[in-house]
Amino acid sequence: MEDEQSFSDICGGRLALQRRYYSPSCREFCISCPRLSLRSLTAVTCTVWLAAYGLFTLCENSIILSAAIFITLLGLLGYLHFVKIDQETLLIIDSLGIQMTSSYASGKESTTFIEMGKVKDVIINEGIYMQKVIYYLCILLKDPVEPHGISQVVPVFQSAKPRLDCLIEVYRSCQEVLAHQEATSASP
Amino acid sequence: MPHEGDKDAAQACLRLPGLEPCVRGTLGRGRRAARAPLGAGPSRGNARSRRKWGSCPAARPRRGWGPGAASAVVRSSRPDAVPDPMPTPPPESAAPGNSRVPGMVLKAFFPTCCASADSGLLVGRWVPEQTSAVVLAVVHFPFIPIQVKELLARVQQASQVGVAVLGTWCHRRQDAEESLGHFLEGLGAIFSHEPWLQLCRERGSKFWSCKATRRQAPTCPGAPGEDQVMLVFYDQRKVLLSQLHPPVALPDHQAGDAVAGAGGLAAVFDTVARSEELFRSDRFDEGPVRLSHWQSEGVEASILAELAKRASGPICLLLGGLLSLVSAASACRVFQLWPLSFIWSKLSTCEQLRHRLEQLTFVFSTQKAENPTQLMRKANVLVSVFLDVALGLALLSWLHGKDRIGHLAEALVPVADHVAEELQHLLQWLMGAPAGLKMNRALDQVLGRFFLYHLHLWINIIALLTFHIYCFYVYGARLYCLKICGLSSLWRLFRGKKWNVLRQRVDSCSYDLDQLFIGTLLFTILLFLLPTTALYYLVFTLLRLLVVAVQGLIHVLVDLINSLPLYSLGLRLCRPYRLAAGVKFRVLEHEADRPLRLLMQLWLPPHPLLGLPVPQAFLWGAHLPLEAERGQAGLTDPGHRPARHRHTATVSPPPCRGR
Repeated sequence: MEDEQSFSDICGGRLALQRRYYSPSCREFCISCPRLSLRSLTAVTCTVWLAAYGLFTLCENSIILSAAIFITLLGLLGYLHFVKIDQETLLIIDSLGIQMTSSYASGKESTTFIEMGKVKDVIINEGIYMQKVIYYLCILLKDPVEPHGISQVVPVFQSAKPRLDCLIEVYRSCQEVLAHQEATSASP
Repeated sequence: MPHEGDKDAAQACLRLPGLEPCVRGTLGRGRRAARAPLGAGPSRGNARSRRKWGSCPAARPRRGWGPGAASAVVRSSRPDAVPDPMPTPPPESAAPGNSRVPGMVLKAFFPTCCASADSGLLVGRWVPEQTSAVVLAVVHFPFIPIQVKELLARVQQASQVGVAVLGTWCHRRQDAEESLGHFLEGLGAIFSHEPWLQLCRERGSKFWSCKATRRQAPTCPGAPGEDQVMLVFYDQRKVLLSQLHPPVALPDHQAGDAVAGAGGLAAVFDTVARSEELFRSDRFDEGPVRLSHWQSEGVEASILAELAKRASGPICLLLGGLLSLVSAASACRVFQLWPLSFIWSKLSTCEQLRHRLEQLTFVFSTQKAENPTQLMRKANVLVSVFLDVALGLALLSWLHGKDRIGHLAEALVPVADHVAEELQHLLQWLMGAPAGLKMNRALDQVLGRFFLYHLHLWINIIALLTFHIYCFYVYGARLYCLKICGLSSLWRLFRGKKWNVLRQRVDSCSYDLDQLFIGTLLFTILLFLLPTTALYYLVFTLLRLLVVAVQGLIHVLVDLINSLPLYSLGLRLCRPYRLAAGVKFRVLEHEADRPLRLLMQLWLPPHPLLGLPVPQAFLWGAHLPLEAERGQAGLTDPGHRPARHRHTATVSPPPCRGR
């Protein structure tokens, strides 16, 4: 069962949340970030090339121009491969674990998997980010030493940074799955 | 009588609600199969299947279980009576009421290599804590139940893994094979296991149907006798070779599932890893039981690897002995005396040799590596030693070829001359008006001439190229230092203060008039001569810095060769699964009402040199949780690896060189 809704992130950009219900114990949430805008790309390229041309008129060395082109290309490739995240996915499988995947614009995917035995809870937390106070969804991990302690907080959807309404949807579904898992794993 | 009981159980099986869909319309082999002789296997006239059961059943003297003998065999008295269906009952199935809550999802870990295997029995281990069934192999028809049980008992004894028959596997190749379905049902009566898994796959379809049934009466009313099944496919070969399982259990652990306490997926990996005994037979073996697993097409082995393993023992002993001799010799008292030990600690060659000796002793020690980290370290050291030797030999051969050494030596002399000449020019420049500064003429001349004379002495003695720079630096520094001392003392006098040596502080003091007069005079002289000395000092310090930078660069290069984990980098290129640190899951195509299918793949940590999840960490670095209750929860970087992970490519840092 698939479902798509559009939300906005903390800066006002448009996000698309895709929900897939594979089964009562397995759900997937996919948030697609806004694409690289042509406007900003053109602006950066023009700035760099104008600066290079200015240098060229000073130095009369054509290597500067080729260097500027090279730098622009490499910078763009590096940005697409290391920085620009296109999609962030959260896959929650009851009794196996939670998996977070980020796919970059160049196609690279980076995955993190947390076993269900280590997950204590999924919560919405507040935090200070630059000059704002924002909400973010995070996974709390159990402390192996102390039964009621928390060893780590793992934030989710860091690049997309959706707003509270989107987070609430995801949070509700996650809590349903976790509750289902608690109910089925409770020993008699 | 066990037989009647089994029959009733089988009948009871059929009557339980919701059981039909899987069995109905399962691949029937056609009416022909029912007429096949006992133990002949499916005689469909399909050449492929005949070849599969290559050694023709007629050649086999014993009788096996074939699908053609389906219902007749189950209901009639069996010729080879099975005394007890469960000779060694695994502890899990005997525990009733274990995780019996309804709606429970059962995970079945299925190897990808068996997905295309023919129908048969599923053999593996049931992990009750995770409610997961780890399927290790598929036993094909024909087989004799006693021999299957013997094999399982043997495997269980050898590997201490509770291997048992978990269920049946049905691979439909043609439509309407009803009898096979009934036959498979009957098998549940012979190998009873709780829960009994039934996996069924249709030809050409991606979707499987799975069922898990429990025979025991449900404790809660209204609870269905079957559970939902979730299929997780895993690659047996990669899981085994990636060594994600915990290290070998200590001998003082009890037999049985010693590591059952290990959470989650570690239990799965451990099961697969410890069942080596099961994977020893391939399809070319003439064993009584035909299995299908990752090595069933032929056991993987490499002659070189085996030879290396055999040879490594004696070689390690020999080299270890030699190395211990060398280190004993170098540790003897003669070499500990002061001049020699001082020289040895200063020369970088000796440092490097000592470091290499340590590393080689570590590599050739007769102790086996306890965990993958140590193995990686040993391999890295070995590879770096080989690379070092190879580079050295290459350099030597390059130097000797075309008499390059002669050319280099010849080139050294004019270079030394050139350096001396440059120094001379530099001094001439300093003696003039360097950078427009007006220096004190007389002092300038003296210093300049002093250094020039020194240079003149050195030009003819080409000992070391830059030794004169070092000397100049030392002289310049000494002179400067003296000057500063004198200046500071006279400055204090100028102000009417004195340095109290006893109290280590500056006290006021009353000087005589003539003391003050001479002191002030000297102070003025030294002060106005300061720029000249300072300039010489500055120039030679910069030169010295240049030389030290070049030396530092060479040291960095040497350290790089020593500590670069080339073996791990090479593994990353050629066999990335060896460096796996976890798993990730992918949901395969899903249809409603069908069991969920997942693919479990190995996960490599991001590339140490190129994979930088840095931008994200920076973005969220300024975070502070405001919730008071969770005040203790610090935020760490999100690149958390929760699954079992080990550090790859950690090489011990080279010993600190005293400078």
